[in-house]
Amino acid sequence: MPVLVFAESANGTFKKSNFEAVSYGARVAAQLNTEAYVIDFENMSGDVLKSLGEYGATKVYRVASDALKNFDAGLYAKVLNDVAQKLNATTVIFAFNYSGKAIAPVLAAKMNAGYVAGAIDIPVMEGNTIKIRKNVFSGKAIAMYAIHSENKIIALTPNTVAPVKTENKCSVENLEIAINATDSKVKVKEVVKASGKITLSDADIVVSAGRGLKGPENWGMVEEMANILGAATACSRPVADIHWRPHEEHVGQTGLTVRPNLYIALGISGAIQHLAGVNGSKVIVVINKDPEAPFFKAADYGIVGDVFEVVPKLNEAFKKFKAGA
Amino acid sequence: MKFLVCISKAPDTTTKIAFTDNNTKFNNDKVVFIVNPYDEWYALVRALELKEKLGGTVTVINVGAADTDAIIRKALAIGADDAVRIDAEPGDAMFVAKQIAEYVKANAYDIVLCGKETIDYNGSEVGGMIAGLLDWGYVSLASSLELNGNTATLNREIAGGHETVEVNIPFVLSAAKGMAEARIPNMRGIMAARTKPVAIVAAVASENYTSIISYELPKEKTGVKLVSADNVGELVSLLHNEAKVI
Ligand SMILES: Cc1cc2nc3c(=O)[nH]c(=O)nc-3n(C[C@H](O)[C@H](O)[C@H](O)COP(=O)(O)OP(=O)(O)OC[C@H]3O[C@@H](n4cnc5c(N)ncnc54)[C@H](O)[C@@H]3O)c2cc1C
Repeated sequence: MPVLVFAESANGTFKKSNFEAVSYGARVAAQLNTEAYVIDFENMSGDVLKSLGEYGATKVYRVASDALKNFDAGLYAKVLNDVAQKLNATTVIFAFNYSGKAIAPVLAAKMNAGYVAGAIDIPVMEGNTIKIRKNVFSGKAIAMYAIHSENKIIALTPNTVAPVKTENKCSVENLEIAINATDSKVKVKEVVKASGKITLSDADIVVSAGRGLKGPENWGMVEEMANILGAATACSRPVADIHWRPHEEHVGQTGLTVRPNLYIALGISGAIQHLAGVNGSKVIVVINKDPEAPFFKAADYGIVGDVFEVVPKLNEAFKKFKAGA
Repeated sequence: MKFLVCISKAPDTTTKIAFTDNNTKFNNDKVVFIVNPYDEWYALVRALELKEKLGGTVTVINVGAADTDAIIRKALAIGADDAVRIDAEPGDAMFVAKQIAEYVKANAYDIVLCGKETIDYNGSEVGGMIAGLLDWGYVSLASSLELNGNTATLNREIAGGHETVEVNIPFVLSAAKGMAEARIPNMRGIMAARTKPVAIVAAVASENYTSIISYELPKEKTGVKLVSADNVGELVSLLHNEAKVI
């Protein structure tokens, strides 16, 4: 009974969150004395797919169909359910990203599976029960979940379990699954992506700014810092609410949860709702002119100072560092 | 158009999270519960806007014991026509989804709206599960919803942007920021909510596939290392040499 891993590329190349999910699947499979197989719906080249073997997958099954070119969580779940039955798989792994959040719960209903959404470490097996930790209360706490059902689905929070490389023993095969295009209910009409920008949800470094920036016209230095560091930009909720920045940048309890390696907060007070969405970051740097700002309590490094003085200087220092590195 | 909005009870966002019974239970002593923000601000309000424009009804549904009455009344005060409470302690997401799916099977609805996640268990699960159980279309993380006859057009968030999708009723969505602006109930709404019908429905038998064994709080930071504003170079070197993140 293999462990299946659903892997979705970003325009034909796999990203860290895919490697994490594959490696995670392989480690879960090892605990269950079985193997991890990756399922590809994008009809990608054998070489690209085989590269997933570096993270422990022993097989990639390519399920090719024109109907799958249209992303529909319902159809994807239906096909994955058919794949699981055909391969006798009872455990399916996703990355807890946009696609995973869309497909996994639908699949859980189809497979009658217990589902842990947003695992943060490798599970512990106890007989037929899997125990896994996940963040709850928007990062304010962690809960240990148990899955009791026969079928199990786990979605792994990106940037929590580092992928491990192994010897590549992977082969790529096609899998014939009868797919009925009329089963697709949701039709994608248009895809809009900001080009060249680093995606906030999987950025390693995030530069975030709040109301301390005083106005949207002052974001040049925030973007400059992001450019120098190869970071994504984010903001606090009021900043998005008053339309200084787009909604997609709003992080916190009622926005996006991010857990980059480095989170730099500029002119953000560090309200409990803001911290909830960012406190999983490995390292937090806070720059705020108020030494009493609550964010300093959640920070690793801080500068008490005016962003309009500190940030330009810091950008110069980052530039110098990058030029020398 | 018949809208069914799923609402969940969640601890107020300022709640200090703590546990009891040897860290096996959430300590809800003195906790103020609110309607889960995504359910209220986006799913409910967008359903109300569309009802006001196109006609129809907006029903809110909650799986919960009698203690959820306050949040149900809040949703009614904002403008929902009526409410359904499935009388059961909510178990895991699949338990909740099964209750709602069974209710939908017995009572025709066109669109089921959920919030994109609850702010307590953050699963983004119930909407997709309802869709899977009913075999309806599912649009996750929707940031807009327009209706044209029986066809809906939605934007949904994807990595690095959004996509526009079309789906015919009936379908399920999970609502994200952007879909609507939160509404504050007025006095008339609050008065009217007192007499709006709340149907209490017995739960169907269903098992929980998952459970929570224990809780813990994240490790506290050990203390911030402050760097002088005149010496930003030191911060760069700490990030490189000590934290190793650049
Ligand atoms: C239900 C609910 C949900 C919420 N969800 C979220 C959420 O998801 N995300 C979120 O971010 N917030 C959320 N909030 C709002 C939150 O409570 C705070 O109001 C918000 O985070 C504050 O944003 P801010 O830090 O940018 O602004 P402020 O609180 O105004 O803080 C600005 C900070 O900038 C500093 N500053 C000012 N000028 C300068 C300068 N020149 N140089 C350096 N520092 C300066 C100040 O000292 C201050 O600390 C929520 C609130 C509620 C009630």
